[in-house]
Amino acid sequence: MMKPLVKLENITAGYNGGAVLEGVHLEVFPDDFIGVIGPNGGGKTTLLKVILGLIKPWSGRVEYTGDLMPGTLMGYLPQHTDLDRSFPISVEEVVLSGLLPRKGFYTPFRKEHRLAVRGALEKTGINHLQHRAIGELSGGQLQRVLLARALVGSPRLLILDEPVTYVDNRFEGELYELLKELNRNMAILMVSHDVGTIASYIKTIACVNRTLHYHPSNKISEEQLAAYNCPIQIITHGTVPHTVLKKHS
Amino acid sequence: MDNLVSLFSYEFFTRAVLAALLAAVSCGVIGTYIVSRRLVFISGGISHASFGGIGLGYFLGVNPLAGAAVYAVLNALGLEYLTRRMNIREDSVIGILWSFGMAVGIIFIYLTPGYVPNLMSYLFGSILTVSAGDLWFLLAVTVVSGLFFLVFYRWIVYMAFDLPYIQTFRLPVGWISYVLMVLMALTIVVNIRVVGIILVISLLTIPQTIANMFTRNFGRMILFSILTGIVASLGGLMLSYYFDIPSGASIIFLLSLFFVLVRGLTALFSGRARGKIPAERKEEDESGKIFIARE
Repeated sequence: MMKPLVKLENITAGYNGGAVLEGVHLEVFPDDFIGVIGPNGGGKTTLLKVILGLIKPWSGRVEYTGDLMPGTLMGYLPQHTDLDRSFPISVEEVVLSGLLPRKGFYTPFRKEHRLAVRGALEKTGINHLQHRAIGELSGGQLQRVLLARALVGSPRLLILDEPVTYVDNRFEGELYELLKELNRNMAILMVSHDVGTIASYIKTIACVNRTLHYHPSNKISEEQLAAYNCPIQIITHGTVPHTVLKKHS
Repeated sequence: MDNLVSLFSYEFFTRAVLAALLAAVSCGVIGTYIVSRRLVFISGGISHASFGGIGLGYFLGVNPLAGAAVYAVLNALGLEYLTRRMNIREDSVIGILWSFGMAVGIIFIYLTPGYVPNLMSYLFGSILTVSAGDLWFLLAVTVVSGLFFLVFYRWIVYMAFDLPYIQTFRLPVGWISYVLMVLMALTIVVNIRVVGIILVISLLTIPQTIANMFTRNFGRMILFSILTGIVASLGGLMLSYYFDIPSGASIIFLLSLFFVLVRGLTALFSGRARGKIPAERKEEDESGKIFIARE
């Protein structure tokens, strides 16, 4: 029996306005590829933030095992980045920041770290931008930089919040293929609106709308969504109306 | 030239030159953090609020700068805590602290028996009356912040850029931003003697803004800011000596002049170079390197 990387037990979390998540249980295993879906404001991003340790839950337990202990990396691609585009920092440095826990607290980065950065930039197809300041990039390019930062440490868990919001269609396809490949070595948790498109890449589905319903397959019907209290708009692919999440070509 | 060299035989002048150099270094380092993290308004608030500490210092009969240091550090820590933990309108709170500090200062100076000698020198600086004690204080803060930036450079820059990402490492590094706030408050206070409460904010922002026109690298921005600051503060000191005008104001005047000159020159230069840009764009488009954001 494989041990989960992270285990959420009976999590209740929220902000000043009130609880956003209630009684949430979730286990993420090393080979998982979970699509997180749900209505806007349903708590998808809050769920990610609880896992990432950015929000302290009001009650319940977050348990990390081995590879995810505090001080280790979780790859994280945030959603709408509040990043200051005029901050004096280069693409290389942004990606390097994803390796901070790997260098000693007082010691400088080493050659192996710089090589890892080159590798991550190659994976996301932007090695020609290495020395650019982030203020000179387009939204799509910045998204690739942030993806490279999330990947650079080869984390055991990759968490993506709406990864395709700012990227062009071509990269969207490339990205999903890349994730599929990465999933051989790391667990992936991905929030997406576009349930239809991601269906052929993800393995399981988590419906989040205040509560969390885990659906152990990548196919889900409108009826099941309704039963899960997960009212999301489904984008259908193909001609058959109700087999909404069937693999499409 | 002889005249200039003979000036150094005056101890007050040597001290002024040292103060100008240290001011440029300390403000170059901390100012880059302030400008990058967009803390300019906060630093303006802390600087003015520290007048409360000066008033309290006079009233209690302790060194006014020590009073200012304590007052400024408490304000800075409070602000950092509030902006990180609470859901408050930060700019309004800064406005309140800003004017409250000034009010406290003026009340206690009024209550202090006797004549308060160099009030103006705290508001506008007085580099020629810097004491040996002021200089040591300035030196200590400069050395400590310089070392702190050297040792923790990566953590400082990356936390300033994207704190939530660094928090996902779940490491105990939150204290770094508090230390930086303390260093910021102390840097402001030690430079009050040089350029004054009202003008110190320009020493923390104008060199950086000039540096930022030449580089988008945090470390180089610090170095360029220090160089610009040194030229302007020594130049301002000379201006002040030869034309017999206030030193702090001369330094800031010179800095602002640099800014306008550099901005004008870069605008002119980039205007000439503009013809090249469209061709470059197109080339990159064809090789598929430029991606259009889907918004």
